[in-house]
Amino acid sequence: MATAPETEKAVPAAPKGPARTKGSLRGLALRWDSAVGALLVAVVVVGLATTDGFGSGENLAFAFNDIVEVALIALPMTLLVVAGQVDLSVASMLGLGSALTGALWDAGWAFETIVPVVLLVGVAGGLLNGWLVTRVGLPSLAVTIGTLALYRGLASVALGSDAVTDFPQTYADWAVDTTTVPGTFLTYPVLLFIVLAAVTAIVLHATGLGRSLFAIGAQEEAAYFAGIRVKRIKLLLFVVTGLFSAFAGIVFTLRYGSARADNGLGFEMLVIASVLLGGIDFDGGKGTLFGAVAGVLLIGVLKNLLTLNDIANEVQVIVTGLLLVASVLTPRVIATVVERRHRRAAGTRP
Amino acid sequence: MMLRTAAGRRAVATATGALSLALALSACSGTTKDSSDKESTKAGATAKADPGAALKKGLKLAFLPKQINNPYEKIVDDAGIEAAKEYGGTGKEVGPSDASASSQVSYINTLIQQRQDAILVAANDPNAVCGPLKQAMKKNIKVVAYDSDTAKECRQLFINQASSEEIGRSLVQHLGEQIGYKGKVAILSATQNATNQNTWIEFMKDELKLPKYKDMKLVKVAYGDDADQKSFQQTQGLMQAYPDLKGIISPTTVGIAAAARYLSDSSYKGKVVLNGLGTPNQMRKYVKDDTVEQFSLWNPEELGYLGSYAAAALASGQITGAEGEKFKAGKLGEYTIGKDGEVILGKPTVFDKKNIDKFDF
Repeated sequence: MATAPETEKAVPAAPKGPARTKGSLRGLALRWDSAVGALLVAVVVVGLATTDGFGSGENLAFAFNDIVEVALIALPMTLLVVAGQVDLSVASMLGLGSALTGALWDAGWAFETIVPVVLLVGVAGGLLNGWLVTRVGLPSLAVTIGTLALYRGLASVALGSDAVTDFPQTYADWAVDTTTVPGTFLTYPVLLFIVLAAVTAIVLHATGLGRSLFAIGAQEEAAYFAGIRVKRIKLLLFVVTGLFSAFAGIVFTLRYGSARADNGLGFEMLVIASVLLGGIDFDGGKGTLFGAVAGVLLIGVLKNLLTLNDIANEVQVIVTGLLLVASVLTPRVIATVVERRHRRAAGTRP
Repeated sequence: MMLRTAAGRRAVATATGALSLALALSACSGTTKDSSDKESTKAGATAKADPGAALKKGLKLAFLPKQINNPYEKIVDDAGIEAAKEYGGTGKEVGPSDASASSQVSYINTLIQQRQDAILVAANDPNAVCGPLKQAMKKNIKVVAYDSDTAKECRQLFINQASSEEIGRSLVQHLGEQIGYKGKVAILSATQNATNQNTWIEFMKDELKLPKYKDMKLVKVAYGDDADQKSFQQTQGLMQAYPDLKGIISPTTVGIAAAARYLSDSSYKGKVVLNGLGTPNQMRKYVKDDTVEQFSLWNPEELGYLGSYAAAALASGQITGAEGEKFKAGKLGEYTIGKDGEVILGKPTVFDKKNIDKFDF
C-alpha cells in the first residue's frame, strides 16, 4: 500500500471538513461526530439523573443488546458509505439468515453446521450485490433495492409464514438480554460487537485499505488512477456486509428465540439512519467509525430513555427523524459558514 | 500491488478453507433439534392462592397491545384502564406503532424497570416476547395475555375473547348460510403470524371440510397486515383474481372495514358477501347501505375489563393461574380459570341492521 499517501493527495477536491484544517478545540467542537458523541453522553447523564431504572445494569444490558443487530450491520455499512456506496438489502439478508436458520434447524441439521452455511449464504448474497455493482456497473442503490426484495422473497420461500422457535438453550442463552459477561452489564453479542467495532475502526483509520475507501468515496476515478483496485475493494465491502447481515440474522433469531422470514423488517433504514447520524457523509469520502458507533448508540439509548418515560412511539419516530435531518444538515451549514469565513480571512479583496 | 493481490488471495483461500473445515467438523456431530435440551420450566402456579384476599389498592397495570393506534385495541385497553380505577389501581397503555415480531420486546423490558404490578400483553409473536416476560414473572410481575396468546409458559393467564373454535366455525357457518353454501370464498386476515387469526383460520378450514360445504371452495388467504390501505388493496386484488368470488371472511376489524369500503364503491356491492369480525362504529355505515348484512365480535370493552380484573386478582394473590381457581370480575361476575390458564369471556355477538344502533364502540 505504498500508494496510499499519494491517493489522499491525489484527491484534493474532497473537502475534509473543518476539523482537518484546524486542530484547535473549536475545530473539534465543530466536528459532527464529536457532537454526536457529546450528545450521547448528555443523554446518558440526563437519563441517569431523571429516570429510575435507566442506570441499572439490567436496563443497560437490555438497551445495548436491543440494538445489537443494527450495530453489527452498521459497521460494514459505515465502510460502504465512506466508499460512496450503500446496501439496502441488509435487513432482508438478516431475514434470510433468520429464516434459513429456522428452516435448517427444523429439518434436523446440527446448529454448528447451520451457522457456517448461513454465513456462506450471506457471503453469496454480498457477492451478488458486489458483482452487479462492480461488473455490471449498476448503482448500488438500484442493485440493493432489487436484492432487498429478492432476499426477503427467498426468506419467505425458505420458511413461509411459519415461526421456528425451539432453539438449543445453550446457544439461546448466549444471545439473550439476561445473560451478561460476568462482572459487567455487557451481553455476549454486545461484547462481540465491541471487538468487531475495534477491528473495523483500525481497518478504516489505520490501514491502507481504509485510506483507499476514503479516496474511492471522495472521487472514484481519481482513486482508480492512483492505483487503487476500486472494483475489488467494493466487491469485498459488499461481501463483508452480506456476511455481517447474515450473522446478525443468527443473533436476532437466538435473541428472540423466533426464526421468521419477516425478522428485521425495515432495519435497513435504522442502520443507514444511525450511520448518517454519526456524520458519515452520504456522498462518501467523509466520516469516522467513532461517529457511526456513537450514532447507533444514541438512537438506542434515546429510544430506551423515551420508552422508560412512556413517551409515545410516534414522538420517538419524530425525534429520530429530526436528529437525522439535523445530522445531514448541520455539518453542511457549518462547512458553508467556515468556508465563507475563510474566504473573508484570506482576503479575496485586494 | 502484486503483493497485495497475492496476500488477498491467500486470505480468501485461508478463510474458505477454515469455513469448509468447520463445516466438515460440525457435520459429524452437533446440536440438532432432536438432541437439544428442552426447557421445561413452568411459570406460575407455584405460589399458594388465597381466594379470600381483597384486591390490593394502588396496583400499577400496563397494557401492551399489538400496536398502538389500532382502534380495536384502544377500546380494550381503555376499558381495562377504566376498570383499574374501580378497584383503586392505575393503568396505562404503551406499545409499538408497528406489529412486528420483535417490536414489543423493548416495551416489556421498560415495564420491568418501571416495576409495574402486572403486564397485559396481546402478543404479536408468541415466542419473541417470551424471554422478557419470563424475566418479568421472575421479578413477581404478573403477566396476563389477552386477545392474542403468548407461549403458555410465558404468562400466567390468557384472556380469550371467545373460544377460538367457536369464532372460526361460526364465521364459516354464517357465510355459508348467506351464500347458500355455494361458490368461491376467500379470507382476508391481518399479519401472517398473528396467533389468533391463524387459529381461527385453522378452525375455518376445518369447518369447511364438512360435507355441507362441498360446493364452497376457499381460494385464497390474503394478508392485509392490519393496515387499512393494504387491506383495501388486497380486497381489490382478490376481486381481480377471482371475479366470481362469492364471499369474503375478514376476521380482523381493520380488514373488514377496508374490504367493506372497497366493496361499497365497486360493482361487487351486493354480489359479494362480506362477513367477519368488526366493530359496530366502523361498520355501521356499511350495514346501513347494505354492503354488509352482518358481522360478529365479542364486546371488546368487556375483554379489557375482564383482563384488568384478572390481572388485579393475580397481583393480589387471589389466584395463581391454576386450573379451577375462581375470581370475581366486577360487574361481569365470577369466572373460572380453564385448562392452561385460559379464561374465556363468552360467545361472540352478531351485529346486523336490527341491533347495531344499540352499540357504541
